[in-house]
Amino acid sequence: MTALISKKIPGIEPMSKPKMIMTFISDKTQPLLLPLVGILCFMLLWSLTASNIKTSLGTFPGPSAVATQVVNLVNEHNAEREKEDAFYIRQDERNKARMAKDPTYQPKVRSYTGKETFLDQIVTSLVTVISGFLVAAVIAIPLGIAIGLSKNLNTAINPIIQIFKPVSPLAWLPLVTIVVSAVYISPEPMFAKSFITSLITVTLCSLWPMVINTSFGVASINQDWVNVSKVLSLPKLVHIQKIVIPASIPAIFTGMRMSLGVAWMVLIAAEMLAQNPGLGKFVWDEFQNGSSQSLSRIMTAVFVIGLIGYLLDLAMLQLQRRLSWDKSSAQR
Amino acid sequence: MLKVPFKNEYKKFCHAVIAGICISSSLFISSLQAAELGYPEKEDLKFGFIKLTDMAPIAIAYEKGFFEDEGLYVTIESQANWKVLLDGVIDGRLDGAHMLAGQPIAATIGYGTKAEIITPFSMDLNGNAITVSNEIWQQMKGNIPKQADGRPVHPIKADALKPVVEKYLDAGKPFNMGMVFPVSTHNYELRYWLAAGNIHPGFYAPHKGDTSGKIDAQVLLSVTPPPQMPATMEAGTIYGYCVGEPWNQQAVFKGIGVPVVTDYEIWKNNPEKVFGITKAFAEKYPNTTIRLTRALIRAAKWLDDNNNANRPEAVKILSQSNYVGADYAVIANSMTGTFEYEKGDKRALPDFNVFFRNNATYPYYSDAIWYLTQMRRWGQISDDKPDSWYKDIAVKVYRPDIYMAAAQSLVDDKILLKSDFADLVDEDGYRAPQKHFIDNIVYDGTQPNNYINKFDIGLKAGDKL
Repeated sequence: MTALISKKIPGIEPMSKPKMIMTFISDKTQPLLLPLVGILCFMLLWSLTASNIKTSLGTFPGPSAVATQVVNLVNEHNAEREKEDAFYIRQDERNKARMAKDPTYQPKVRSYTGKETFLDQIVTSLVTVISGFLVAAVIAIPLGIAIGLSKNLNTAINPIIQIFKPVSPLAWLPLVTIVVSAVYISPEPMFAKSFITSLITVTLCSLWPMVINTSFGVASINQDWVNVSKVLSLPKLVHIQKIVIPASIPAIFTGMRMSLGVAWMVLIAAEMLAQNPGLGKFVWDEFQNGSSQSLSRIMTAVFVIGLIGYLLDLAMLQLQRRLSWDKSSAQR
Repeated sequence: MLKVPFKNEYKKFCHAVIAGICISSSLFISSLQAAELGYPEKEDLKFGFIKLTDMAPIAIAYEKGFFEDEGLYVTIESQANWKVLLDGVIDGRLDGAHMLAGQPIAATIGYGTKAEIITPFSMDLNGNAITVSNEIWQQMKGNIPKQADGRPVHPIKADALKPVVEKYLDAGKPFNMGMVFPVSTHNYELRYWLAAGNIHPGFYAPHKGDTSGKIDAQVLLSVTPPPQMPATMEAGTIYGYCVGEPWNQQAVFKGIGVPVVTDYEIWKNNPEKVFGITKAFAEKYPNTTIRLTRALIRAAKWLDDNNNANRPEAVKILSQSNYVGADYAVIANSMTGTFEYEKGDKRALPDFNVFFRNNATYPYYSDAIWYLTQMRRWGQISDDKPDSWYKDIAVKVYRPDIYMAAAQSLVDDKILLKSDFADLVDEDGYRAPQKHFIDNIVYDGTQPNNYINKFDIGLKAGDKL
């Protein structure tokens, strides 16, 4: 700051060189240094507290136990991949042997039947959360625009939104599970039932922040712009396309970011309860295993879940920066 | 006079011819059957299980490639609890599962969800135990006679628990214990043990809408999924439980409780889990059904081979996080021929888990009928049923015909030996009357009503709540 002022106002004596370097360093490093200090303090506090918590499954895992587990989990993943390769070779041989005996046989190559590793579970969870979120967005944004445009519609639908918004995913889950298994029947299903169940639960819970924010954004468009549209007597669809959507993009993105956060939290809970593949199932399985490694594996999963949640939010923020005209709303 | 010997000769000749035809035709039929076992109609299967060591045949059949040898590509998935597992099999999410013996029976008679589930394969004998918390153990210990070396005399009877339960009841505190499912072996075993010690575990009255099983109860039994048992007892919600392994040994390792009696001591070589599939599945995919039974028989055989020589390897497989997932030492404690009761009191119990010996895998009608008698004893079956009804249900649910077809084809393919199934030639499905119960009551599967009438506590013929 002072350096800037001194540059602009020639009369003021410039700072001494060492001092300038110091300021430069602290300006550049503060955004890096301070979080580092925070993390170090947390690690210290964590390892101190952890070593003092004795559970029936041993001491609570500290940072080193988690680091060991990360290595273990990656090794397990690699070992499983080797088993997978062997599986495909065996399958190929079996198919060939059968083809030789029975030429009419149509060999089918099925994917590996072994266990899902931690890394596989991460991928499953990510795919589910993104699909659920996209389905929610496809429903919520048009609905939000409609509600924002029409006061009457808003008055009619608002009570329903307010009632469904605070419902926990765990309350929806049994209903969704039973309905999906009753309705979604096909001999060669494209998606697993567990995937559909998780997806619908995520959609149901991440719908509301998007609907509310979008409708709020649409309802509070600058009146001048609406008037312009009226003067030009734009048809309804063009009005939405040219005025409403661009004007409410910042609000829509805020809603989307909130929704994605909700979706991620909901998914983990839903996977835990329904035993659907994903990180939630990993945590629950480890809890049930009750082995001496379980706690550190769960702790590892906690960090990974947090990290992925953070990265999802960051990705959404980048998207917002790129697409939204109101850069200030993307700072928060 | 001349004609008579000729007649005799002729007769003998005829007999020989007939016998020859019979033998050759039976040979022909059996070889025809063997040739008939074609490729599986459904190759991609998903099986469910609960994290218990007695799911071992499924894990072994997968890991040792026995399923793949049959051309079956099986995915194995752990389930949250017995209800979720059963629903999975009924609605087709799962093709088959490791089930409580009572589940296919209860489903068939419509207690709980009504569905036609059958079992071609019994998974194991024994394997459960009853554990009490340290607090209860301290109070019980004084009532148990001691051996010369100071350790308690086994089997420990519920007589030792009775004064403790009475003390709690006098103080107005309910005495809660956990079991894993209303129609689980554990429920019946815990009830059997309690009732043998003159403690009333409570009746069910489904015709009045009462399925909590607490009518007249001195001990209140409630359902907890197996893996959560130790944690629930640690939290103080229940004072003890009956569950399969490793969840009793887990209590010893965690130092939170003491297993007091194993089900081997309550009823020597009692049938435990079964492999359940829907009747529709077996009808639609007969080859697949026989083939999966073949793979499971081979796995069970492997588990018991050479006097449990493969058990350490099996324990290693089971301790993987996707199967049972508990520590090696915890699982090994019961799977490798010993059982640890009070910490340090490790006793030899080679038959704690039996997978193949003693015809463990053959689905006996009499085993199904025993479960039905206990359902009747505790009121889950509200009304009197004739002996013939018990037999009809057993024949519907237990399918030794499929088992024998699988066994025969394994022998024909020279994978297993005829001697491996030596006791099962001409088996009628009823075990000889069994005497080894903790209360010395003899069970004869051919006379279920007579058996029910022998118990002091429990509904008898003619009783209705």
